[in-house]
Amino acid sequence: MTDSQSDSGLVIEVQNLTKYYGAKAAIKDLSFSIPRGEIIGFLGPNGAGKSTTMRIIAGYLSASSGSACIAGFDITKKSEEVRRRIGFMPENNPLHEDMRVREYLKFRARIKGLTSQKSRNRAEEVIEQFDLYDARNSIIGELSKGFRQRVGLADALVHEPELLVLDEPTIGLDPHQIRTVRQHIKSMGGQHTILMSSHILPEVEVTCSRVLIFHEGNIRANDTPRALENSMGERHKITVELKASLQDLNQTWEEMAEVEYHRVSPAEGDFFRSILTPRDGEDLRPRISALARARGWPLKELTRDRHTLEDIFIHITRSEEEF
Amino acid sequence: MSAITTLTRRELSGHFLCLRGYIILSGVQLLMGGSLLTVVYLLNGRAYDLPLTEKFPQTEFFWLVLLMISPVITMRTFAQEKSSGTFETLMTTPVSDIQVVLAKFLGSYFFYLTAFLPMLLYPFILERYTHESVAVDAGALLSLGLGITLFGSFFMALGCFASSLTRSQIVAAVLTFAVGTCLFMLGYFADLQPPEMKWWHYIFQHISMLNHMEDFSTGIVDSRHILYYLSLTALFLFLTTKSIGSRKWK
Repeated sequence: MTDSQSDSGLVIEVQNLTKYYGAKAAIKDLSFSIPRGEIIGFLGPNGAGKSTTMRIIAGYLSASSGSACIAGFDITKKSEEVRRRIGFMPENNPLHEDMRVREYLKFRARIKGLTSQKSRNRAEEVIEQFDLYDARNSIIGELSKGFRQRVGLADALVHEPELLVLDEPTIGLDPHQIRTVRQHIKSMGGQHTILMSSHILPEVEVTCSRVLIFHEGNIRANDTPRALENSMGERHKITVELKASLQDLNQTWEEMAEVEYHRVSPAEGDFFRSILTPRDGEDLRPRISALARARGWPLKELTRDRHTLEDIFIHITRSEEEF
Repeated sequence: MSAITTLTRRELSGHFLCLRGYIILSGVQLLMGGSLLTVVYLLNGRAYDLPLTEKFPQTEFFWLVLLMISPVITMRTFAQEKSSGTFETLMTTPVSDIQVVLAKFLGSYFFYLTAFLPMLLYPFILERYTHESVAVDAGALLSLGLGITLFGSFFMALGCFASSLTRSQIVAAVLTFAVGTCLFMLGYFADLQPPEMKWWHYIFQHISMLNHMEDFSTGIVDSRHILYYLSLTALFLFLTTKSIGSRKWK
């Protein structure tokens, strides 16, 4: 496991990774592996363990137990080799505010082990790649957030790493900047394996080829966005808006054997909106409309949709009490 | 090795990229100039048979500079990187903890030495106005320079250590200043002549920076003093390496 050329095509192999801060476990017994060339999304609420996992992979923190290999190198025994192969952009993208863009990128390339000549060339290349040419001599502290984000990405990529680890790369950007950063990430996806975290679902959905959903230090799901949707998608959800009392509605859904989960919330006027998950994908719409007519409840809406990634995320990360 | 050079250059240039560096440099020149003036004033019209350099450590300006300059130079080393988050991007590059510590130390140390460089002009200034080439003893001047150099290496290492303990630059500066002043004040304890010398007087006398600097300023180069400062420097650099390594197991 010391030669990166002879590995199994897996860029990340994590086994039983656990990290304690004091007595509290930030991540518990994580295991996953990631093949070369994929864009992986870490999805989860704040404090779910995404950043901790990324910091361990990037060599900033050590795990309390368990092991991880990056490109075939063990993160504790061969930490420097691992760091040589990783481009890491931490949350909030910290940069040296007092330096100029090109100077900063050259400096970063140098400490990442590139020769002086190569550092100069690579700095020019990433400046080109991330459209930083006009800002190349600007002081970083005076740049706008979108520019700074691109400088951060350029830094992560400057030594041509095998793996890019980006912690919340689009946080705090405006929609236009988010789109630009997303495009850059996608364009890097061809040659590099990318690990990014986010708590914005659509972002992960459009950018990533695989999603790992974190919750309370565990991985609750690990699949492609489409497969995740399908796993729930067998059971469509039905949305009903009825004018009836809350108790009546709750009682009705509880008594209906085909309904696995239900959630009732107030809607406009005296109406209540119920979201139902049928037990085995059965289309309950005819039954519900018949029921509404029989009870004399005015009916405003009755629709049947697939579950979105958002529903799945909420379902997984909400302590199982309701869905 | 090239990583250390790159990081040291970055550290040193960081001092010159912000206003603070220039404020430190001018502050030092101002106070050392005050020190020189005091010495000249003391000697005005009086015969004095000792090297001029000896008077230097006895002016309060001199000690004020030595005790104040180190905290303000070193407080940014780790604390600033920690609070801005760049510490994380630094430590995830393929550089080792010891390389980072040495680079931070060397960068600060070179800046410290830069601040004292203009002192080399003092003998010429004195000579120009006293018209007496014997006013300054070259040997004593060199040994005072050695004293300042050694004193700085210890204080830079201490400052780096204090800065590695915290995210707050102010806390780092106050810590460095407090420890430095305590070591300096021991000199006064050692100089108080009690009815009889107890064992701890000898210890205080031995670790007192004031006594060391007096020796250096009169041209006495004692290898025990050199060893004292070098070993303290090594100790604090070692502690700094352990301190920044602690992020991994904390």
